[in-house]
Amino acid sequence: MAVEEATPLEGLKAELRKESRRAHLNFADLKSGGYIKQTQKDLFTVRLRCPGGRVTTEQMRVASEIAERYGRGTVHLTVRQSIEVPYVHHADFPAVQEMLKGVDWSIATCGPRVRVPTACAGCEYNPNGLGDTQGLCREVDRRFFGTPTGHHKFKISFSGCPIDCFRTREMDLGFQAMVGPRLDEAACNGCTLCVQACEDKALVMQAKLPVRDDSKCNNCGDCIKVCPIDAMLPRQRGWLVRVGGRHGKHPLFAYEVARYVSDEQVFVLIERALAWYRENAEGRERLGAAIQRLGLNRFIDEAIRPTGVEVIDNEADRRPYWTGGNFYDRAAA
Amino acid sequence: MTARRLEQNASAGVPEVPLVDCRGVACPTNFVLVKLALEELDPGGVLDVLLDEGQPMRNVPRSVKEDGHRVVTVEPQEDGSFRLRIRCGA
Repeated sequence: MAVEEATPLEGLKAELRKESRRAHLNFADLKSGGYIKQTQKDLFTVRLRCPGGRVTTEQMRVASEIAERYGRGTVHLTVRQSIEVPYVHHADFPAVQEMLKGVDWSIATCGPRVRVPTACAGCEYNPNGLGDTQGLCREVDRRFFGTPTGHHKFKISFSGCPIDCFRTREMDLGFQAMVGPRLDEAACNGCTLCVQACEDKALVMQAKLPVRDDSKCNNCGDCIKVCPIDAMLPRQRGWLVRVGGRHGKHPLFAYEVARYVSDEQVFVLIERALAWYRENAEGRERLGAAIQRLGLNRFIDEAIRPTGVEVIDNEADRRPYWTGGNFYDRAAA
Repeated sequence: MTARRLEQNASAGVPEVPLVDCRGVACPTNFVLVKLALEELDPGGVLDVLLDEGQPMRNVPRSVKEDGHRVVTVEPQEDGSFRLRIRCGA
């Protein structure tokens, strides 16, 4: 890209351009992340802010323009739904910022902060969806993006059903939509479709009516969705809350701490969990490590119970939401 | 394919009810077959479908409902499959 055999005047102009770019460089922006140093000298990967993996076609055009002009013509799709543009020279950061501003967009974050939340399609058009994951994800990003934790990263995600494509078990704070069914016994005609639909065998026919074993139900709502005459109905809807999960070098499965949490309570819980983390964690430990060290019950009592949500505080009630596989160590809290 | 699978139901004294045999047909092809057969009916018309247990019984009745039709009866068959009567919606 360097201009070969530049005239002295052009060379001077290029130098001046470089200088003015340096002057415009905002080091605070640089520190808050979003620009990630590459192995190549002076080159950075620009991480774009894509909450829930949603970007407009206009934004996509700008991302590709940035990649063509300042990168090497490729973008990278990250595991947490971001678009990254690799091979950007730090001198071009101000120009990149300007282009992003033009479509009301910005870079993401890294370091010890609340990261951009991730989310599945949710109930908007996915037939399995039980909650508005995209709507909540957008709002959580608006309210909490980049909040410093004082310790380490803080990841939040939303899954619209128990299939949990967005791996709420591996997040510092994960929210999974859930629905509790109830049967209108007078309306039920005993067709057994709900029993057939239940993958967890939580329903069995007794005296021509489906009877539910709560300890097996994982609140997916399949029985409600299949019932041809709407005799199986939603009793309660909300979010299952998981805390303390992580992937990385030392993966940890999250703990289920509350259920049927409302949209508004989601924001309250994020605030409380963040405050508890800030106050109680040591050094660069993640929320899950702090909970392991100080005890799950203490975390629940201090951060969750005061909010008035429906707390899950025993292993029996957690059982329907995990299978206790052999990979993760569920050390007793 | 639909025509081949559409047979007259000669067994239960309701010879006018068409039958779609989806046994051995995987999702979502089984649902497409049912959908095509339902398109041949007027609203209120009925159709019988044979479905395997497992994924077909989990998916097809739900999709039928989402499309605005109604499963009226469900009868377990001797071979482990299920016979569903579906009433065509709008």
